[in-house]
Amino acid sequence: MCTVQRIRAAYRRFVSFCPLCVPFALVQEVTATSRHYVDRLFDPDPQKVLQGVIDMKNAVIGNNKQKANLIVLGAVPRLLYLLQQSSSSLELRTECSVVLGSLAMGTENNIKSLVDCHIIPALLQGLLCPDLIFIEACLRCLRTVFISPVTPVQLLYTDPTVIPHLMSLLSRSQRTQEYITQIFSHCCKTPEHQTVLFNHGAIQNIAPLLISPSYKVRMQALKCFSVLAYENTQVSMTLVNVLVDGELLSQVFVRMMQRDQPIEMQLTAAKCLTYMCRAGAIKTDDSCIVLKTLPCLVRMCSKEHLLEERVEGAETLAYLMEPDVELQRIASTTDHLVAMLADYFKYPSSVSAITDIKRLDHDLKHAHELRQAAFKLYASLGSNDEDIRKKITETENMMDRIVSGLSESSIKVRLAAVRCLHSLSRSVQQLRTSFHDHAVWKPLMKLLQNAPDEVLVMASSTLCNLLLEFSPSKEPILESGVIELLCSLTQSDSPALRVNGIWALMNMAFQADQKVKVEIVRCLGTEQLFRLLSDPDTNVLMKTLGLLRNLLSTRPHIDQIMSSHGKQIMQAVTLILEAEHSIEVKEQTLCILANIGDGNTAKDLIMTNDDMLQKIKYYMGHSNVKLQLAATFCISNLIWNEEDGSQERQDKLREMGFVDILHKLTQAPDSSLSDRAKTAMQQYLA
Amino acid sequence: MTYSFYLTTGNRRLTNHWKELLFNRKPAAPEHRHRATDGHRPTLTTSGTRGPTMAELAAGSLPLGDPAFNYQDEELTERLKRLYPAVNEEETPLPRSWSPKDKYSYIGLSQNNLRVHYKGHGKNHKDAASVRATHPIPAACGIYYFEVKIVSKGRDGYMGIGLSAQGVNMNRLPGWDKHSYGYHGDDGHSFCSSGTGQPYGPTFTTGDVIGCCVNLINNTCFYTKNGISLGVAFTDLPPNLYPTVGLQTPGEIVDANFGQQPFVFDIDDYMSEWRAKIHGMIARFPIGERLGEWQAVLQNMVSSYLVHHGYCATATAFARATETLIQEDQTSIKNRQRIQKLVLAGRVGEAIEATQQLYPNLLEHNPNLLFMLKCRQFVEMVNGTDSEVRCLTIRSPKSQDSYPGSPSLSPRHGASNTHLQPGGESPTCSNGVTPPINYSESNSSDSTKPHSANSTQETSDSEMEIEAEHYTNGVVEGSSARIMNGTYKHEEILQPDDNSIGNGVTADEGCINGKQLCGGNQAATERMIQFGRELQGLNEQLCREYGKNATHKKMLQDAFSLLAYSDPWNCPVGQQLEPTQRETLCSALNSAILESQNLPKQPPLMLALGQATDPGPG
Repeated sequence: MCTVQRIRAAYRRFVSFCPLCVPFALVQEVTATSRHYVDRLFDPDPQKVLQGVIDMKNAVIGNNKQKANLIVLGAVPRLLYLLQQSSSSLELRTECSVVLGSLAMGTENNIKSLVDCHIIPALLQGLLCPDLIFIEACLRCLRTVFISPVTPVQLLYTDPTVIPHLMSLLSRSQRTQEYITQIFSHCCKTPEHQTVLFNHGAIQNIAPLLISPSYKVRMQALKCFSVLAYENTQVSMTLVNVLVDGELLSQVFVRMMQRDQPIEMQLTAAKCLTYMCRAGAIKTDDSCIVLKTLPCLVRMCSKEHLLEERVEGAETLAYLMEPDVELQRIASTTDHLVAMLADYFKYPSSVSAITDIKRLDHDLKHAHELRQAAFKLYASLGSNDEDIRKKITETENMMDRIVSGLSESSIKVRLAAVRCLHSLSRSVQQLRTSFHDHAVWKPLMKLLQNAPDEVLVMASSTLCNLLLEFSPSKEPILESGVIELLCSLTQSDSPALRVNGIWALMNMAFQADQKVKVEIVRCLGTEQLFRLLSDPDTNVLMKTLGLLRNLLSTRPHIDQIMSSHGKQIMQAVTLILEAEHSIEVKEQTLCILANIGDGNTAKDLIMTNDDMLQKIKYYMGHSNVKLQLAATFCISNLIWNEEDGSQERQDKLREMGFVDILHKLTQAPDSSLSDRAKTAMQQYLA
Repeated sequence: MTYSFYLTTGNRRLTNHWKELLFNRKPAAPEHRHRATDGHRPTLTTSGTRGPTMAELAAGSLPLGDPAFNYQDEELTERLKRLYPAVNEEETPLPRSWSPKDKYSYIGLSQNNLRVHYKGHGKNHKDAASVRATHPIPAACGIYYFEVKIVSKGRDGYMGIGLSAQGVNMNRLPGWDKHSYGYHGDDGHSFCSSGTGQPYGPTFTTGDVIGCCVNLINNTCFYTKNGISLGVAFTDLPPNLYPTVGLQTPGEIVDANFGQQPFVFDIDDYMSEWRAKIHGMIARFPIGERLGEWQAVLQNMVSSYLVHHGYCATATAFARATETLIQEDQTSIKNRQRIQKLVLAGRVGEAIEATQQLYPNLLEHNPNLLFMLKCRQFVEMVNGTDSEVRCLTIRSPKSQDSYPGSPSLSPRHGASNTHLQPGGESPTCSNGVTPPINYSESNSSDSTKPHSANSTQETSDSEMEIEAEHYTNGVVEGSSARIMNGTYKHEEILQPDDNSIGNGVTADEGCINGKQLCGGNQAATERMIQFGRELQGLNEQLCREYGKNATHKKMLQDAFSLLAYSDPWNCPVGQQLEPTQRETLCSALNSAILESQNLPKQPPLMLALGQATDPGPG
């Protein structure tokens, strides 16, 4: 018999796995009892089967070993069979689902075994039975299975009839409400899930549960709304207009945030309002955000709360105020938030290490989470306001903490630390002072060596700021061989990394030495440069043009670069001017041309290119003033008097009809354009 | 000697006769008159007094004709009551406006003393000026909050909002001096009794609303700006601080909101959090390992209660049943019980004597208690219950029994005067224990024939029968009234009986109740008058030794006032004569004895009951 074999297998496994060589008899006994329970499920007398299931229920409660035994001995398929048989009595079927629910309460492995035995479809099928007690037992078991991280949530959505049926069961009892909303809140992980639930009337069905007399139901319903509204405009926009017992939903959430409510409820309600606000359904200056949600989230960050709550509070707050400088300002003055966050870095505390091992373990587990949450919140706080950034950098040991955060083992912490650094790097003052004092470029460079893309994006973006010409860190970074690294970034598949790479190079080339410029060109290679000029991402193209423009400044540099790469550059310029591009791109290109026209020898590359001159002429008559201005600038450089061969150039251009155009432009309504044209005309008069 | 003397409440004129008897050595009338009115009418000074000041009354009376103001005032009262339900404004009034008296001259007030403007030169910090609210923040608030709106920041916006104690220099901004705390608008710094501020919050200016919240639970303070909490500014605050604002440059104007309008900050929410916090703290209070033995704790509570009140037999029985030990030895319990019994019976003189004998030095170390006892003794003399007058009044055979120190007589009394047995007052037993009351139902074996079995009862079961009457004492006021009345009824029944036997005193209108002053006996009355003088002497002696004591004075005055009425039992101060009035004194004496024996002066059970029933602040 197959059961017997399985038992033997299990038996052997037991013996071989037993490191202390548990006496043979004991092992035999344990397995024998477990086996007895399973055997009784096969009794021909239904009454005895029922009693067997009930006994099994009592045996497994709180006994993980027994649960594992029964699963190994194959109890699950039999229980599922009994549960599904319409010939089984309702009582038996109910007891079966209770036992299965109990088995699911065990380890993650138990859940895996249950899911492998197709417990989910069987239980979902059971929900079609009219009996409420049975339905509740099935739902309880389903709930336990679905809230486990090992269960694929997709299983809830495979059968399209399931969600509508669950919605219809919401009215049956407080228990069904609690279990179903809990299943929803755990199984709504993607925008698609949100849409499915939304389309099946989740909002209308769940909203009334927010005022349920049962705390558990209220809480689970609230959680549902938080997952439904997250980054979902459609849901959020609908939520603001929902009335619950004549009260606006946002007001219901505000009530749930009252300070005497359980923290979990306050926090989740604050999340709902945060998500609705971020989705644009509630304005950022609404009093329910400014006076309720934001202070509530700040409170969650205080020392008196659990570490988990503090992490969630800080992350939600960071998310809430990320795009709004006014909220950032308010938060920065609320309850000493900036100073309060400093405490997030004090785990595990030295006290806990000595006195309480359990506490130390707990602290250690949350230390990373706390640090990354604090960095995130600092990043959000400091993303716009200079005063707040100053306040943050002046917080005790802040820069040291960022520096050590950049080299932490946890990627999450590193990412958050670099985000924080990036946010602070937008401050000219900080770049000049604290950034330089703490040599943040060093760990940053190290971080760039081999990090996952998301970290690289942030780190390289920060590097862009550190390479600004007024940054004292620019020099040491240059010396550390950053050019090669940045050039390699421009070859990345990620547009964000390409932008940051070329952006950093552009900043680096601004008013740089000849040596640096040559090094950039050499390292990047013309081929890569031209590949970037045809990059599908406009941002990359713009920054590449910016790089070219920075490279081509001051006369000796222009001539030098044009003498070696003139042909390709002219080619690229032609291509861009001929292709469909935005005004900004064309303007930037014309500026490059103007710079080329400023060179001594480089001028000839334009003067000998009639096609190019025609293009310049065309843009001088363009409807966009910016382009006219750039083109006129170019011409003005070409006809500049004090340079060799200016007479010939002037003559040639007059022949081509530029003088007439310039003349016309002196009458242009735009003063900067007419001024520029007049200056150019003077070159002819002189 | 001719002067008029008016009593506190009765406004009845003392007859010259009594007056001379009582005060023939000290014509202290003018002082007395002032005393008598003190506390009943507003005082003239603003500093440190309870009760509304004259200035405040004036301010309050001015706009009475204005209906809008009345409405606002009503709203204010309602809001304050809702915010601070535990505050009794008759005792500790809440701040409702700035004080026109307690301010520097550079401060101008308007709009019902809610608006403050600066009217000095404002050249430098020496021109700073502050104003305090009319009253300090009552401790019973738990959490107190007020807001200030910046109407105009004036020239430089040097405004300080905060708290200060009575007497702090007003020529300064709040926060600069000891016991002064402030948050300043120009730099956003907080000043904690110091000339140099700490970075605290944002700056504030015209249009901003700044709130100040004092948490009297943990003695901290935080500010709010436009409804947002800025976090704790001060810790370890002293008590009795006044809301204070200070201004320093011309044009600065601020408006206070002590509850006249809804607050911008949601203070109710903050209060609700603290309420929940404290409820939670109580619910989750960790119980020490030994304290966790609930049964032992409960048993100890019951036992200590029984012992405290001297229910000796019950305590012993309880200890036997629960197999626990009694904290105090039996004799000590019985002694206390005896003394208590005497006080409750109104035989205070004997009680004092017994106390002095059993606990030498106790009363010497507690002169206040002794004085209280003596005062009570005087009252009981008026009542005719104290043994000193009693022995003079009652000349019947029964009265002979009442002589102290005749234990052998008690059985005889029990046998011959069975009809008098309901008299809880008749002092039969030598040890000061009252004879059994006929409802001593606690003794089940005797319940069928209470009269015949009396003698045995008295000797063997005196504790039990005392408990029967005595349990009234242990019960908290109010709820006990019913039981007490039941007990003391006997006294009233007894009284006419006494009178009929007692010598015939002129029965005038004073005899309505059948009660007469000192039992109607002349000698007793003389003894009482003499005792009154002694008491007066004791008071003077105490005044010399320990300084004046208003409570004593009041007590003495109330006691003497009894003599001003022909029927003291039916006069405005007649309440003193009620036997229930003995209870406080009785428990005070009991507590003092227990304390002298290093035992708790209050039984833990009562403490727990008090904590459980007291709604408490916040």
